[in-house]
Amino acid sequence: MADPIIISASPHIHSNKTSKKLMYDVLYALIPAFLVSIYVFGISALILTSVAVISCILFEFLIQKFLLKTEITITDGSALITGILLAFNLPSNLPIWMIIVGSLIAIGVAKLSFGGLGYNIFNPALVGRVFLLVSFPVQMTSWPTAVVNNTTIVDAVTGATPLGIIKEGLMYGETMTTLSSKFPSTMELFLGITGGSVGEMSALALLLGGVFLIARKVITWHIPITMLVTMAVFTGIFWLVNPEQYADPLIHILSGGAILGAFYMATDLVTSPMTKKGMIIFAIGIGIITVVIRLFGAYPEGVSFAILIMNAFVPLINTYFKPRRFGNKIKSKIM
Amino acid sequence: MLNLKTQKLMLKTFPKGGIHPAENKITSSNDIKRMSIPKVVYVPVSQHIGIPSEIIVDRKDKVEIGQIIAKSSGFVSSNIHSPVAGTVTKLDKIIDSSGYKKQCIVIRTDPKNESNFKIPEFPLVKEITLSQKDILQHIIDHGIVGLGGATFPSHVKLDMKHDKHVDCLLINGVECEPYLTADHRLMLEKADEIIIGIQILMQALHIEKAVIGIENNKKDAIEVLKKATLVDDRIKVAALKVKYPQGSEKQLIKAILKREVPKGGLPMDVGVIVHNVGTIFAIYQAVQHNQPLIERVVTVTGKTVESASNFWVKIGTPIKDLIEEVGGLPEGTRKIVNGGPMMGKAIKNTDVPITKGTSGILVISEEEASRQEAKNCIRCGQCVFVCPMGLEPHLLMNLTEKGLYERAGNEDIMTCIECGSCSYVCPSHRPLLDYIRFGKSIVKNLNTTKN
Ligand code: SF4
Ligand code: SF4
Repeated sequence: MADPIIISASPHIHSNKTSKKLMYDVLYALIPAFLVSIYVFGISALILTSVAVISCILFEFLIQKFLLKTEITITDGSALITGILLAFNLPSNLPIWMIIVGSLIAIGVAKLSFGGLGYNIFNPALVGRVFLLVSFPVQMTSWPTAVVNNTTIVDAVTGATPLGIIKEGLMYGETMTTLSSKFPSTMELFLGITGGSVGEMSALALLLGGVFLIARKVITWHIPITMLVTMAVFTGIFWLVNPEQYADPLIHILSGGAILGAFYMATDLVTSPMTKKGMIIFAIGIGIITVVIRLFGAYPEGVSFAILIMNAFVPLINTYFKPRRFGNKIKSKIM
Repeated sequence: MLNLKTQKLMLKTFPKGGIHPAENKITSSNDIKRMSIPKVVYVPVSQHIGIPSEIIVDRKDKVEIGQIIAKSSGFVSSNIHSPVAGTVTKLDKIIDSSGYKKQCIVIRTDPKNESNFKIPEFPLVKEITLSQKDILQHIIDHGIVGLGGATFPSHVKLDMKHDKHVDCLLINGVECEPYLTADHRLMLEKADEIIIGIQILMQALHIEKAVIGIENNKKDAIEVLKKATLVDDRIKVAALKVKYPQGSEKQLIKAILKREVPKGGLPMDVGVIVHNVGTIFAIYQAVQHNQPLIERVVTVTGKTVESASNFWVKIGTPIKDLIEEVGGLPEGTRKIVNGGPMMGKAIKNTDVPITKGTSGILVISEEEASRQEAKNCIRCGQCVFVCPMGLEPHLLMNLTEKGLYERAGNEDIMTCIECGSCSYVCPSHRPLLDYIRFGKSIVKNLNTTKN
């Protein structure tokens, strides 16, 4: 009989947290937002999400099995999350083949070509989304308007997002006062009865999941709160200076995927900094870049770009914003 | 309710990192039992940090209980006394808890000698009559070493040839390791003796301030000691937040006194000396009753153990005797740990003897014991958040893995206190501390060859 006694070094106990459990917590957190999207867009949201999830998992399997010939990691839950988050960032009437292309880019290019989970620099779902946005700008920005409780596939009625309306309107010389009648009220934005990507609908549902993630210690408040506060302060300054030309901070925070980005995309464990100091710098960066793109750039919303840009800085942030070493009075290089 | 809240807020703790594993203090409410006298004891000559003691007995020698059998062989060394009356049967090398063969004195207990079976009774002696020099000599003579696990010979800490100004004595009653309750029980049962032990040390060190740090999950011990300290207003009790590793020396000093031991420094550098409560009791016994350190309290525990408890155990008792005493090795046992689950050492066989540094024997069953397969680092930063020393464990592991030892040294790998919080928390089950330990050993060698 083999020696039944295990000899291994301390510690002999473990917290029982696993990366898989973390992934599933993210999954649970997304349920409310998913339900809202089905309520708002009907069955098309369901189809979109299913296609994205299935193709992400399938691509991961195929690439790992036949191309990389490495261990298959589809059960760790990360491809599933990437699929859902990708879907949440797409308009519900996107052609199915485009969803599949987006998934391929997310999994194949952004994740596996960097070495798989843990080695990727950029958030895979956002890379997939931005690739689609740049390649198919028309399809990616024609949003079906809310068809509450419709179970048929919607494709006819399309409209712009609130931020799109503002951007375009201001370009044609309209003022915020005249524009405000054209887009949903703050309350509607909060509850999610509006046009936009599948998952960015209801701020309320997203916040619910966000609170759950913080309570489960999957994420901390640092990134989402800092990012949203930065956006509020920055847009607030412009709005106070000229309320006719700039939308108020609440509109900015409640639309354009800011909450989805803050709680679910920017907080992605792999692609965000490892220290709290670093997280705050990272989130401020995202907030500022988002606002700059929204107010002065070509796109009405900038969260995805901002997160990807800051993703690129994470290795640098990690080197410079180290935790304070115990017993080391000499402060680290920058702080 | 409010009262409770403010109380919680007032609990002292170290500022960064830490974890809160399940406490599992199964044995905290049972009295310390007395372990029956073992038939044979195996007394290693290296039970302390420093130079092994020099054996001064021979095969077939008859020894009395408490007789010196191995002598201190240097400043950082310690005397070792016979835990029983009997005959030396062998001077042999046996495997101790480190997993290596160590020199050992094997003594067969004389079943006819009454001194073996007399249960010693020690009335409380309050008055301290010895001079500073004599106190120190008693501590040296009676082989007192740190009982908290580090087993540093106690007189070294007290012999203050350094011109460092020490103004505070900290008593470590934290016992932050899950499962272990030896110090907890000792504080409850020997509170008055501990207070006198503290007074002895204060006198020896000319210190006017002492603080006993206890984690707040031992409210009864806090109460008992608070009462016991009423006789001496120089001694305070500090309730500490339940957080691992609150009992680590550096973290404890920071929590109670807000002083930070500098990198590579000692508590003395910030004017502090730290002793474990068990050591304090041993010092009381040595100074007031001339008792050498031949027994200690050991927690024998585990979820599957039939009658887990604390025991007064003679040094040199084989662990298998203790396991027998609690009902034998339970079915499905996968690991036996000498010490607590966070920092203890897994041992291979139960012939290994109890030494001065053994605070507990933990039996771990199937589900808890096996490690899961390590996965990719998902860069979640958990290890960084929990490291009480402000290190980046994932980075240190990575650098060690790649053989970049110099960089690991620059990233302060040597300051790791091996608390295991990082490995405990990693959701990818990475063996962070295994690598860091290995990295440390190499960096240490590099540093010594450099100098
Ligand atoms: S074992 Fe070392 S690196 Fe890991 S948490 Fe403890 S001090 Fe930090
Ligand atoms: S806790 Fe584990 S997975 Fe997370 S950063 Fe540290 S090593 Fe990587």
